[in-house]
Amino acid sequence: MWDYTDKVKEHFLNPRNVGTIHNADGVGEVGSLACGDALTLYFKLDDAGRIADAKFQTFGCASAIASSSALTELIIGKTLEEAEKLTNEDIAAYLGDLPKEKMHCSVMGQEALEKAIAQYRGESDRQVEGQIVCECFGITDREIEKTVREHRLTSIEDVTGYLKAGGGCGNCHDKIQQIMDNVFGQPVSIQPRAKKMTNIQKIKLIEETLEREIRPTLRQDGGDIELVDVEGSQVVVNLRGTCASCSKSQVTLKSYVEAKLRELVTDDLVVEENRL
Amino acid sequence: MKTVYLDNNATTRVAPEVVEEMLPYFSELYGNPSSMHSFGGNLGLKVREARARIANLLGAQPDEILLTSGGTESDATAIHAALAANPHKRHIVTTRVEHPAIKNLFEQYGKNGYRVSFIPVDREGRLDMQTFGDSLTDDTAVVSMMWANNETGVLFPVEDVAAELHDRGILLHTDAVQAVGKVPIDLARTPMDMLSLSGHKLHGPKGIGALVIRKGTKFKPLMVGGHQEQGRRAGTENVPGIIGLGKACELAAGNLADIGTRVQGLRDRLEEALLAAVPQCMINGDRPNRLPNTTSIAFEYVEGEAILLMMNEFGIAASSGSACTSGSLEPSHVLRAMGIPFTAAHGSIRFSLSHYTTAEEIDFVIDKMPPIIERLRQMSPFWKQAVQSG
Repeated sequence: MWDYTDKVKEHFLNPRNVGTIHNADGVGEVGSLACGDALTLYFKLDDAGRIADAKFQTFGCASAIASSSALTELIIGKTLEEAEKLTNEDIAAYLGDLPKEKMHCSVMGQEALEKAIAQYRGESDRQVEGQIVCECFGITDREIEKTVREHRLTSIEDVTGYLKAGGGCGNCHDKIQQIMDNVFGQPVSIQPRAKKMTNIQKIKLIEETLEREIRPTLRQDGGDIELVDVEGSQVVVNLRGTCASCSKSQVTLKSYVEAKLRELVTDDLVVEENRL
Repeated sequence: MKTVYLDNNATTRVAPEVVEEMLPYFSELYGNPSSMHSFGGNLGLKVREARARIANLLGAQPDEILLTSGGTESDATAIHAALAANPHKRHIVTTRVEHPAIKNLFEQYGKNGYRVSFIPVDREGRLDMQTFGDSLTDDTAVVSMMWANNETGVLFPVEDVAAELHDRGILLHTDAVQAVGKVPIDLARTPMDMLSLSGHKLHGPKGIGALVIRKGTKFKPLMVGGHQEQGRRAGTENVPGIIGLGKACELAAGNLADIGTRVQGLRDRLEEALLAAVPQCMINGDRPNRLPNTTSIAFEYVEGEAILLMMNEFGIAASSGSACTSGSLEPSHVLRAMGIPFTAAHGSIRFSLSHYTTAEEIDFVIDKMPPIIERLRQMSPFWKQAVQSG
């Protein structure tokens, strides 16, 4: 069972402002039946340009209904300029927090508000920007990048909790990881590759790793290494310089070179010295 | 508040008779059945009695019963043994609607080089027998087909396929965790190789289960170590659990008739009343061909978790095929495999009754459900459109 706060439960069981507004000034619709949750937000302005009334209709779980209820309570009485500063975290905070997996319910509230305000101002519906990454829930790379940046998300589960992206078939997990890596500036090519590589990709990555990681260390001791061949998971190398005559060279080969390649390329590599 | 417990496919109340029978084996009779002294060794008699009771419920022989920690271990043991007995065969077959204990296991074997066929089902949850037949080859080592589906209660024709598979030299395993104690099972008349069951689904304790391995089936243990269970499963016996499971099986044999008549009658009454009182709802699954205690009802245009939490306010316990309850974001793989539309899958509720369910409880649920659905539909942006478009 979800660990909902009393405030979430209370807003779920007694939601405020359920319904529709006839002749509303702004209407924002987000979500769909297929996604499992959807929210339609209505607001009406008074003469001073403040939100005099707000209503919602929500299809979804307890936290979706509670988030919608909280959203309406938070925006009533505000000007649009004030309301548009509202974030999903304000909604979550109003409810005394939401489970991590349910953050997308508060994000849905924020999005409905943005849409309703855009509709009032006559701004055409924002086109879907960027490339769809999560095909199950139709989430684009731009949306993921924005959310990762704003909330400093560092795991795929967190991204799924906020946006649903990656919560379906899971095919986009690599792409989400890549977006997070880009945002936080980690060099992508140095990450261990979970995916199957082609032989050429593997050889390239082994070369790169030797060049960037392994050679500099060996050279400090006057040694060097050169790649002779890669056959399946077998990596054949020549040891040069002081390494070639060093009595510890086999230890270096196994406990350092092989370990490093396994860490950064694939975990099944076996490194052997060229005997020819 | 009194709990109306209609989630018996998730777990069941341990029968008071079972608790009573188990209690001495937690306290004064704490011996180890493997011991040479009579203090421990005498427990062997009690374990034997339990094994006989389990076998009796299933029409099996006592020495065909391997005691395990539950359904998941039984499933994993069965498939492991089947593949070890057929090291040259690389193809395994199951269905798209299995419990995760089989589904995820088969997916893992798929990643480890086995070819896996997942047989589809139709809109009513019935197995596609044509595809099933076509999938079998000389390379097929084992078929695992659940006896009854945990979400919809739909029964698969495991007894019917047993003979053909037997003739073709393909092993048949069935996950009968939901079927045992709810429908009669007589292994004496069907050439099935392995069957899994779990104690806590039939008013026994949690953490105990069994795998029936028919005589003559090649076996290789999953867990090695001590010589317990004739070397087929290492680890000191869960003596209180085994005794509890034995008692639960004895009681289940006596309660089968009640499940098949009175409990089924209550289930049918619940379905009829809700179908009549709530517009746009339907039963998921092949109605004439189901477990007598289970119903999966789809309430369109509302979401399952919200329904469950409102039911919870009245002390009614059930479960849902909705995405939000699991955290997976996608509705149940069973309902999706059946092609149930999203409008209905998200709002599907499973009620599962037991021997302890009363008519008053069912009437209480019949009274409380329609206003819950109505209330959530009034909140739903899709409901009005749905009503208007007819």
